[in-house]
Amino acid sequence: MAGFNKIVNSYSEAMAGLKDGMTIVAGGFGLCGIPENLIAEIKRKGCRDLTIVSNNCGVDGFGLGILLEDKQIKKMVSSYVGENKLFEQQLLAGELEVELTPQGTLAEKMRAGGAGIPAFYTATGYGTPVGEGKEVREFNGRKYILEEAITGDFAIIKAWKADQYGNLVFRHTAQNFNPMAATAGKITVVEVEEIVELGSLDPAHIHTPGIYVDRLIQGSFEKRIEQRTVRSA
Amino acid sequence: MALTREQLAQRVARELQDGYYVNLGIGIPTLVANYVPEGIEVMLQSENGLLGMGPFPTEDEIDADMINAGKQTVTAAKGASIFSSAESFAMIRGGHVDLTVLGAFEVDVAGNIASWMIPGKLIKGMGGAMDLVAGADNIIVTMTHASKHGESKLLTKCSLPLTGVGCIKKVVTDLAYIEIHDNKFWLIERAPGVSVDDIIKLTEGELVVPDVVPEMTF
Repeated sequence: MAGFNKIVNSYSEAMAGLKDGMTIVAGGFGLCGIPENLIAEIKRKGCRDLTIVSNNCGVDGFGLGILLEDKQIKKMVSSYVGENKLFEQQLLAGELEVELTPQGTLAEKMRAGGAGIPAFYTATGYGTPVGEGKEVREFNGRKYILEEAITGDFAIIKAWKADQYGNLVFRHTAQNFNPMAATAGKITVVEVEEIVELGSLDPAHIHTPGIYVDRLIQGSFEKRIEQRTVRSA
Repeated sequence: MALTREQLAQRVARELQDGYYVNLGIGIPTLVANYVPEGIEVMLQSENGLLGMGPFPTEDEIDADMINAGKQTVTAAKGASIFSSAESFAMIRGGHVDLTVLGAFEVDVAGNIASWMIPGKLIKGMGGAMDLVAGADNIIVTMTHASKHGESKLLTKCSLPLTGVGCIKKVVTDLAYIEIHDNKFWLIERAPGVSVDDIIKLTEGELVVPDVVPEMTF
């Protein structure tokens, strides 16, 4: 009996059931807090026609960027995709579709999706190309557009620590989109730096409760830095 | 003389007030952090999920898990908090950030801003800019007054796709400090040595010029 134990033993087990044409909601901002080994597993599996919901699409050769190499992505839902030559090529060639979504709206779409709220009104994007074709409603003299929630067949998440029940703690700004993405997957898969003994995480300091987590695996991470900026000591 | 990037940042920094929570965009707005007036405290918000952004790390402090919205490695200041992107944009959208400073391609007399998309060029995305301009009451736009070809960026109507509508009230350019209300630009200050005529020439939208336009001092 597994009970609440979410631990799986291999990356292939972690991503079992992923099929062509599915939607994946991914945590991460830039290369920070991205589920790099789960992404690598998606590349190994070779699934195609994927819709990926993620703030960015990695860089050439790392993060979600590696899924462009074999043209596995059909559509990206992102707020910013400027870091990636292969992305640009495939977009211009019409091989890739992109739905640009304001960053806060994207976070809220994931949050709403996981929280059972099908849509919400926001002032963000009203009167801009983002608002075109969307329902407009006025509240207290201000105009808002209706934005629909997002859920995925899978959510892929990177956390710092977890216990076997899938209670998660994120490290620093690697938190970013991960807590919302974790709630928005039919199957939520989490990779962590460390699985700690049950009971050793303070219940009041859990960022994501284990109820959202279906599969958990411990990995090792490159954690590539996108913009290395330093000051002299 | 038109203001340098550093002077632009210095001028914007004079709008900071003690106790302000501030979001600074990428480019010139980032430089504003270097000119916080003495004797006041401000806290910098970075929309990826950090309130209380500190300076860049030393080589020893560098940490891949600690970045700002420009994806640069940073530190957390004493008293900082870190949270999810949804929480971060709740504080932005909810109007809790006191001042937002960002760049733009164009603004117009109605307070509209265009800052993210030039049709025909590669479109990279709006990031958090649309949320920031929709959520903030107090926004300062920093930009050059005109393009390299001398075309005004202060217009009757923005020509590029918008980032937000009716949201901009203050613009600091390399030539002037301008406020926007009642469908007009209002000239408040000019850069040192820049004539009012030069500013009028490079402002396409209707500009109200008072009898005396003080020069900025640095």
